[in-house]
Amino acid sequence: MKKDLYNFAIRMGDTSWILSHRLCELCSYGPFLEEDLAMTNIGLDHIGQSEEWLKYAAELSDENVDADFLAYRRKEKEYRNVQLVEFPNEDFAYVVVRQFFMDVYNYLLYSKLTDSKDVTFAAIAQKSLKEVRYHLRHSSNWMVRLGDGTAESNERLQNAVNDLWFYTGDLFVMPESEQNLAKDGIIPDLAGLESDWNKMVMEVFNEAGMQKPEYEVLASGSFEGQHTEYMGFMLCEFQYLPNMLQDAKW
Amino acid sequence: MPNGNPENTKLKETRVWEILAEIPDPEIPVLTILDLGIVRKVEFQEEKPIITITPTYSGCPAMQRFEKDIVEAMEQNGFEGTEVPMIYEPAWTTDWITEEGRRKLKEYGIAPPEETTANKKALFFENDIVTVTCPRCNSKNTKLESQFGSTACKALYKCNDCLEPFEYFKCL
Repeated sequence: MKKDLYNFAIRMGDTSWILSHRLCELCSYGPFLEEDLAMTNIGLDHIGQSEEWLKYAAELSDENVDADFLAYRRKEKEYRNVQLVEFPNEDFAYVVVRQFFMDVYNYLLYSKLTDSKDVTFAAIAQKSLKEVRYHLRHSSNWMVRLGDGTAESNERLQNAVNDLWFYTGDLFVMPESEQNLAKDGIIPDLAGLESDWNKMVMEVFNEAGMQKPEYEVLASGSFEGQHTEYMGFMLCEFQYLPNMLQDAKW
Repeated sequence: MPNGNPENTKLKETRVWEILAEIPDPEIPVLTILDLGIVRKVEFQEEKPIITITPTYSGCPAMQRFEKDIVEAMEQNGFEGTEVPMIYEPAWTTDWITEEGRRKLKEYGIAPPEETTANKKALFFENDIVTVTCPRCNSKNTKLESQFGSTACKALYKCNDCLEPFEYFKCL
């Protein structure tokens, strides 16, 4: 039970953590000043959410670790973030689509988690949900603006949708430990979120003139610590300093 | 045994609230932390004040400053070993900003949050979009420039009448 709670806290914490890293990479590289601020603000919210999850994970862990250790000092295989958030920023369309897919997912997941039987899960969800509303409004507005914009912005958005869709199946895969938590009313049935997720995504796709891509198989495996080829490079960068200076502190 | 005296504890508690009322928000210094409504309760564990606070935005860098500032202010006033635990539930809402806080925000040039956080539509949250009053000329003819501003809690607006840009304290 404790191990199951730990696994889920790690999954949530890592997902926000890796996404925040991608968003913070845009600091001073945003397409214009307001958007630069928006991306880094959203990144900051994700750092905050991640910190709460990883603090709780550290409490649940049998080992003597803290949130900073979990964030900076694990091996690639020990990270449990969903693969979608690892995808690099490529061009702005990828940033928007990645965020939009995650915002819809987080909105649905956090809405359900507010009723969790675990009081800490429920508290983190209640707090995060308020922030996710702002994120979702922002990313869905961009989906419509780019999709319904010029022929070029439409094409680039569709390319990003096609590429990133491959990683969305991973969001709804439930390993055994999460099935246990769902049975106990601690987390919602993730597989059950998929139809709501599709519905919300399609509503925005319709307005944005996006086509839903067809894939026979979608990527999965984050729950076993499988990552995209991008993860190693990212870890090299953000673990460089903690590796070099073992006693470095924030 | 003056320490166990309930009257004495009451006095100390009142003193702690007085000290808290003097601590400014590091990012919006016209507001005190009591104006923001982040202090949930004040207790004592023997001589140690335990001051429980709620974070505003989860990643807000001001939260660590709050903790440090509270501990320091308490020390300067003779309270040793202050602890500042954080609780997340119930989550902080802009509804907890006091009337006094709203007035000070407006005078400072930041439009205070306009509405309570109930009844919002799911997808595009259209009901989240409110008419924001310009803190300089009181015109309601204003335009949202960006949902995200210089800090996690603010959005950027422009007044179409006096043409001044201004910040709006977002509803949360």
